[in-house]
Amino acid sequence: MSGNAATHSAPLAPAVATPRRRNYARRYWMFVVPAGVVVISVILFPWLFTLFMSTHEWKIGGGHHFVGLDNYRKLFTDERFLWSMVRTLYFTALAVIGPMVLGVAAALVFNRNFPLRGLARTIFILPMMATPVAVALVWTMMFHPQLGVLNWLLSQFGIPPSMWVYDAKTVIPTLVMVEIWHWTPLVMLITLGGLASLPQDPYEAAKIDGASPLQSFWHITLPLLAPFLVVALIIRTIDALKAFDTIYVITQGGPGTSSETINIFLYLQGFAYYNMGYASAVVVVFFTMIVGLASLLLWTRKRVKA
Amino acid sequence: MKRFLEKLGFGVAVLFLVSPAILVFLWMLSLSLKNELDNTAFPPIFIPNPPVWDNFISVFENNNFLLYTWNSIVVSFTATGLAILIGVPAGYGIAKMQANKAAMLILIARITPGLSYLIPLFLLFQWLGLTGTLTPIVITHLVITVPIVVWVMIGFFEGLPGELEEAALVDGATIWQAFRHVAFPLAMPGITVATILSFIFSWNNFIFAMVLAGRETRTLPVAVNNMLTFEQISWGPLAAAALMVTLPVLLLTLAAQKQIIAGLTAGGVKGG
Repeated sequence: MSGNAATHSAPLAPAVATPRRRNYARRYWMFVVPAGVVVISVILFPWLFTLFMSTHEWKIGGGHHFVGLDNYRKLFTDERFLWSMVRTLYFTALAVIGPMVLGVAAALVFNRNFPLRGLARTIFILPMMATPVAVALVWTMMFHPQLGVLNWLLSQFGIPPSMWVYDAKTVIPTLVMVEIWHWTPLVMLITLGGLASLPQDPYEAAKIDGASPLQSFWHITLPLLAPFLVVALIIRTIDALKAFDTIYVITQGGPGTSSETINIFLYLQGFAYYNMGYASAVVVVFFTMIVGLASLLLWTRKRVKA
Repeated sequence: MKRFLEKLGFGVAVLFLVSPAILVFLWMLSLSLKNELDNTAFPPIFIPNPPVWDNFISVFENNNFLLYTWNSIVVSFTATGLAILIGVPAGYGIAKMQANKAAMLILIARITPGLSYLIPLFLLFQWLGLTGTLTPIVITHLVITVPIVVWVMIGFFEGLPGELEEAALVDGATIWQAFRHVAFPLAMPGITVATILSFIFSWNNFIFAMVLAGRETRTLPVAVNNMLTFEQISWGPLAAAALMVTLPVLLLTLAAQKQIIAGLTAGGVKGG
C-alpha cells in the first residue's frame, strides 16, 4: 500500500499548492486505521450494544427479553434514581465552584516569581497525579469522628468536631472537599497557561491611568482569561459529573443512600444487582446529561470568544 | 515595612496552597510507620518514634501483594505500549488530515464515564471466556490510554513544522518513511509526555479492574480497596499499602514534572 502511495505522491507540478496538499492529506487515513479499529471495538461497539440492551430486561444468568422503553419509564418514576440525579447536580455544582475559585487564586500566586516556586508548584500538583483509591483510604482514616486527625485539627482552632462522611448532612460537602483537593491543580495549570499568554501592554496602560491591582484584575485579567476559564470549567464539570473512585471507596453511596450519585447508582444496578438492562438505560440518560451540559458550556465558550 | 508585610502575606498564601497536599501525604507516611497503638492514639501522634517497618512486612505477609504489583505493572505497561504503538500514528494522521471529526470522537471517549463501557464489555468478555485473565483489563485500559496518547500527539504534531517531511516527500520518500524517519524522531519529547501520562492514569485506574478482575488478576488499587472492605480495619498496614501503590506515581511526577505540566496544560487530559 505504501508503494502505491509513493508512486502517486511523486510531485508532478508543485505550482498549485493547495490541491496537491489535499491529495497528500487524504492518504494519511492509513495512520488512523489501527486506532480506529480500537475505538470502534472498545468504544463504539459498547455504545450501540448499550442502546440495544437498554430496551431489554437483562439479568445476568436470567436471560433477557425485549421490553421497549419500559426501563426508561421505570427510571423516571424511580425515586432512588431521581434523588441520585439531584445529588449529582449538588455535588457537581460544589465540585466545580470550589476548584475554579481556588485554582484561579493559586494560578495568580504561581504566576509570580518567588524562591522555591518550582518545588512549591510540583507539590501543589501532586494530588492530581496521586492514585485516587490510595488517597481516599487515607482520607477515610482522617475522617474518623473519634480518632481522626481532622477533628483533632479542628479542636486546636476551637471548632466543634464534625461527623464528616458519617452524617447524611455533611457527607457530600466532605466528599467535595476531597474532590477539591484532587482537582484544583488541573484548574490551576490551565489558568497558569492562560496567564502566561496575556499581553503586558494593557496593564502598563492601566497603571498609568491609576488603576488599582484589584481593578486591573477585574477589568483586564479576567476578561482576557475567559476562554481558558471556560475550558477549565468544561473539563471540571465533566469530571465532577463522572466522579466515582473517591465516593465509592469512602462511602459506597452511604450513609444510607445519602451520597449515592448517578455513577454509584449505575454501578450498584449493573454490578451489585446485575440489572444490566436497567443499568444500560441509566448509562444512556447519564451520557445524554453529560453531553448536554458539555455542549451548553461549549456554546458559552463560542459566545465568550466572539 | 509595607513590602515586608506584602512578602509575608504572599508567603502565607503559598503555605496555605501547598499545605493540604503536604498534610495528606505526610499523614499517610506517618500512619504507615507507626504501630497500631500509636495510630489510634488521641491526640494523634505525628512523628513515629521509633519508626517501625512492621506494617510494610504485614502487607506482604497477609496479601498476595507481589502478585498484584506484577498485575499492575503488566497492565499499565501493556496498555501504554499498545496505546503508543497505535496512538502516535493516529495522532500524526489526524494532525496531517486536520480531521476534526476524528478528534471529536477522541473527545467523546474522554467525556464518557468509564462505567458505561463496562456493562457491554463485561458481557462480551464473559461470552469470550476471557474473565479471570489480565486480557480484559488491558483491553479496557486502552479506553484510557489511547485517547490520552492520540490527544497529546495531535497537539504535538500540529506544532511541528511540516517542511522537513515535505522535503523528504519531494525526494521520493513514502509518507510512511517520512513519518518513520523524519516526524517520529522529532516527536520524541511528545511521545515521552504521552507515555508518562498514559502510564500514570492507567496505573491509577480503579473501576475497570474492580469490575473485571478475579482473585488472581487484581491490580493494586483494587487490592488496596479490598483490604479496607474485607479485613479488620487496621490503619498501619492500610496506610503502608496505600503508600506503596501511589509512591511510584508520585516519584514519577517529581522526576518528570516539566513534561507532565506541559502535557496537562496542553490537553487537559485525564483518564477514567
